[in-house]
Amino acid sequence: MSPSAADASASVGAIPIRITINGESHALQVEPWTTLLDLLRLHLDLTGTKKGCDHGQCGACTVLVDGKRINSCLTLAVMKDGSEVTTIEGLAQNGDLHPVQAAFVEYDAFQCGYCTPGQICSAVGLINEGHAQSREEIRELMSGNICRCGAYVNIVDAVEHAMAHRRQSPRNPEARS
Amino acid sequence: MNRFSYVRAASAAEAVRELADPAARIIAGGTNLLDLMKYAVEKPTRLVDITHLPLATIEDAPGGGVRIGALVTNAALAYDDRIARDYPLLSSALLAGASPQLRNAATTGGNLLQRTRCYYFYDPATPCNKREPGSGCSAIGGLNRIHAILGASENCIATHPSDMCVALAALEAVIHVEGPDGARAIPMADFHRLPGDSPEIDTTLRQGELITSVELPPPAFGQNHTYLKLRDRLSYAFALVSVAVGLNIEGGTIKKARMALGGVAHKPWRKPEAEQALEGQAPTLENFGRAAELLLQGARGHGHNDFKIELARRAIGRALSQAAEARPQSQTDKRIR
Repeated sequence: MSPSAADASASVGAIPIRITINGESHALQVEPWTTLLDLLRLHLDLTGTKKGCDHGQCGACTVLVDGKRINSCLTLAVMKDGSEVTTIEGLAQNGDLHPVQAAFVEYDAFQCGYCTPGQICSAVGLINEGHAQSREEIRELMSGNICRCGAYVNIVDAVEHAMAHRRQSPRNPEARS
Repeated sequence: MNRFSYVRAASAAEAVRELADPAARIIAGGTNLLDLMKYAVEKPTRLVDITHLPLATIEDAPGGGVRIGALVTNAALAYDDRIARDYPLLSSALLAGASPQLRNAATTGGNLLQRTRCYYFYDPATPCNKREPGSGCSAIGGLNRIHAILGASENCIATHPSDMCVALAALEAVIHVEGPDGARAIPMADFHRLPGDSPEIDTTLRQGELITSVELPPPAFGQNHTYLKLRDRLSYAFALVSVAVGLNIEGGTIKKARMALGGVAHKPWRKPEAEQALEGQAPTLENFGRAAELLLQGARGHGHNDFKIELARRAIGRALSQAAEARPQSQTDKRIR
């Protein structure tokens, strides 16, 4: 049941939502002020998605909602009723790393690792969007993810590699073959 | 974040009815509102979710223009084939703003209603007339590197942070709204207001009005446009100064000129006299310099932001050159040519 103005009594306190996370459907009761980030970390124990600034400035909380990368800290869970969310935990399949995860390992695209889940989800979104062709464009379109260790050069290497091999990824639903 | 009730509006009329409560706020992308709520700058008691309304399309407008639904995201708008082809100035300004994640969430209507990024507005521990009318302005005499040089008042020197709105000002967009008294259209030049003695009011929207769409007139500038944005880092930062320019040049003469500045005032800054001074003239550096002087007439610094006056003067000249030569600023390769 979705809350509507006609059913004002449903609108205070917890609200029922159905949300698919990493392929698994969840029926949940969420308070309206719960962000998607807090839902993932505090309610579902999916702590791969990181809370960095909690203000949309660092990108550590990046997840994919219906295939698009967004900052989960600036999104209310209740507004994502009916959506499909992919977090860092949902990228690997059958024990195989997602090609972007594998590229981050291969190119040593991190140091402390705190920004990495957000960087990887952002890179998956970037590749799906298909607007980046050059290194310069990768840099610009990864600018929503800050890395305080300064692993940027290797992050661009990893994304460039994964982008070049995207056609080989059977898990990318938008891959053009 | 404060506690609030939540309702999903099933129609624009229902959203308008909900807005009769002055403590209710519309939420769509949420990227600015939720941020402000986390800082306790905004404390709505009710959020009205409009994301299920059918306002996410880009359609023909009567007369050859285009009508952009209020819920079209910044990313969908920037990468729309028709917008990129016919209104490249708008695409460029959108891609100069925020980050891909934010552009995927933020909407056209929400971008219009962005609040200032003044540090003091965001900090409830300090006086701010915009946040707490009558409490004073901490930026005047405080840290004001990012603040206004034009159109400010003794009560507020905040700037409007949007890039999209600067392009919409140069493109002379019209904002369509629905309210308790029906629908009306507001020219972009009249949509945002100067702070005067009521800096808490950003726009001329009336109580209960909901933005439903933004209309652009038929395309007018071809490739003679640019959006030049200057900031402290190359990406993902608000403008210190930005310039949107559209020119229509025929036979070596400027037939039509539109210019708007961002990052310098409480609203995108236009001055018809500066545009008229270019029309009928040749696109020369001398004429660009004169237009810049007119556009910046009355500019005043507050200490840390004094540099913005000269920065803006030079940015206007460079942007006019880029537009005249059909070399719009790349938002990827940030070198300014």
